[in-house]
Amino acid sequence: MAQSPVGESFAKRLIVYHLPLFFFLLFALFPFYWMLVTSIKSTHETYNREVNPYVPVACAQTIAGQARSLSFNGSALMENCFYHWRTLLRDTLFLRWLRNTLFVAIVSTLISLFAGVTSAYALARLRFRGAGAFGLLIFITYLVPPTLLFIPLSDVIGNLPLFHRNLLNSPWALIVAYPTFLVPFCVWLLTGYFRTIPKELEEAAMIDGATRIQAMIRIVLPLAVPGLLSAAMFAFTLSANEFLYALVFIYDNANKTVPVGVVSELIKGDVFYWGELMSGALLGSVPVALIYSFFVEHYVAGMTGAVKG
Amino acid sequence: MSKELRAADLAADRPRVAGNFALSLLERPDVLGYLLMLPAAFIIFFFVAYPFGWGVWMSLTNKQVGMAWSQVKFIGLQNYVDLVTTDGVFWITAWNSFVYTGIATLIKWILGIWLAVLLNRMIRFQRVIRAAVLLPWIVPTVLSTIAFLWIFDPDFSVINWTLRRFYSWMGWGYVRGPLWLGDPTLALASVTFVNIWRGTPFYAISFLAGLQTISPDLYEAAAIDGATGWQRFWHVTLPGIKPITVVVLVFSIIVTFSDFQIVYVLTRGGPANSTHLFATYAYQVAMIGSRLGLGAAVSLFMFPVLALVIIYQLIYLRREQA
Repeated sequence: MAQSPVGESFAKRLIVYHLPLFFFLLFALFPFYWMLVTSIKSTHETYNREVNPYVPVACAQTIAGQARSLSFNGSALMENCFYHWRTLLRDTLFLRWLRNTLFVAIVSTLISLFAGVTSAYALARLRFRGAGAFGLLIFITYLVPPTLLFIPLSDVIGNLPLFHRNLLNSPWALIVAYPTFLVPFCVWLLTGYFRTIPKELEEAAMIDGATRIQAMIRIVLPLAVPGLLSAAMFAFTLSANEFLYALVFIYDNANKTVPVGVVSELIKGDVFYWGELMSGALLGSVPVALIYSFFVEHYVAGMTGAVKG
Repeated sequence: MSKELRAADLAADRPRVAGNFALSLLERPDVLGYLLMLPAAFIIFFFVAYPFGWGVWMSLTNKQVGMAWSQVKFIGLQNYVDLVTTDGVFWITAWNSFVYTGIATLIKWILGIWLAVLLNRMIRFQRVIRAAVLLPWIVPTVLSTIAFLWIFDPDFSVINWTLRRFYSWMGWGYVRGPLWLGDPTLALASVTFVNIWRGTPFYAISFLAGLQTISPDLYEAAAIDGATGWQRFWHVTLPGIKPITVVVLVFSIIVTFSDFQIVYVLTRGGPANSTHLFATYAYQVAMIGSRLGLGAAVSLFMFPVLALVIIYQLIYLRREQA
């Protein structure tokens, strides 16, 4: 970009550029700092209005003391810093919720990726009557929010004729529901990706005797691996973040996902287990954040690609 | 050599395919196309289109949780009429939804452009700062909203602690600090604030992508013509990111208008039902109050607004392509 910082005075750069950016960073990161600090404070400190809430005193003193004397005392550290983390992992069903979340996210991602790849390939490559209308339908579905559908969808999933038992309250209810927003997303992302792969490669393979399906599986899919990976990552994080369907479709504590479990089981009536809540919020956020930050450039590229048409 | 001729030659060269009728059908783009569309079509038909129709039907009945089928009665538009005429919370909910969407979208838009411009000229620590700024949008919303629930706590709010310290340091005496989630107006403002916090990174990262498609030549030409920084922003930057602005705004308006999680975690629609949005009110009526028909009607009130936004987007895209 032509806006070169050269020639601007330091004071001007500070006011126009560094200070605003600093406040944006503060604004974005403070809640995460707050999660961390609250999760490593003792309950006594958390509920004391006189001490400075910004610093976890007991934990900081423990760490400073151990660093000064160069002696590592794991149990003191555990009691003063990671008490709530231990409670969360040992005395609640957090790990169970994590397993449920992973299971639901992985299976619904695989289903959505399959349906997404086939449709995206057809939309990007094949000319057939109704393709335009179908593309439009998928685009509209992409924009339909879950809050519009959750009431009838819980009825529909509770009465599926193909299954002998009620799917509600099992991970399968979510595995059936999540593709409704994941498939349109995958189709949208992958159609754009397939269009960037030159048609000539498949045509050459087909002239050499490959069928269209062989060309698709052997030529196009290997070239589309980066697109498939980013679609999979986004589908995975979208399903790991989902809240409303998981809240409505699952009732048993043991079958919940992380977002619903943390919100509904660590708040009992008027009693908030703040240390455990914050540990859960932090531990539930970190994996998703890590995955996302690696792939966000792809998302942006896909988005601008879609805009440029 | 025409395409048909080539296909015919190929078919003749490959008796394996020509001999197998089913396989040769798969070489036809229409047959293969429909077949490949089938999985997605199945999911969209049974789990989006059908539930939508079912929801419309439910909203025309008196269906409740656990009600026997023989008791479910078709009552026409009664649910809609009740909501509009006698339900005390409905109009507050509708008003809140528009205020929440309007204010949050406007502020996210302004902050998003500002942040994108800042990020665009950054040189040092680029990746780390971008990732940090993106965090609010990336992490599961309910989990970050729990942190805000504690930040807005009536007794232990860190904002109020800081205010108290600031007041006594200035010698202004004692201040308790506001009840962030206890007062209807302030609660709606707090909820809107969290939405802005979560959504700004999405605007910024999308606008950043838009900024990077603007040719540097345009800025140089504007600079040669003597344009000031503001003039360059108005006449080069803003028009340059217009296409992506439309997409981002449409997407964001839909997500904000149909939002559920932030209000559910922070206020559950309280105090005294003053901060409900359509989605949270539908949840309360249908899932807590067990009145499924009425709840379906509440959530369907979102439909006209969503439809208008989607239609606008489709018309805009078509015009751009033409």
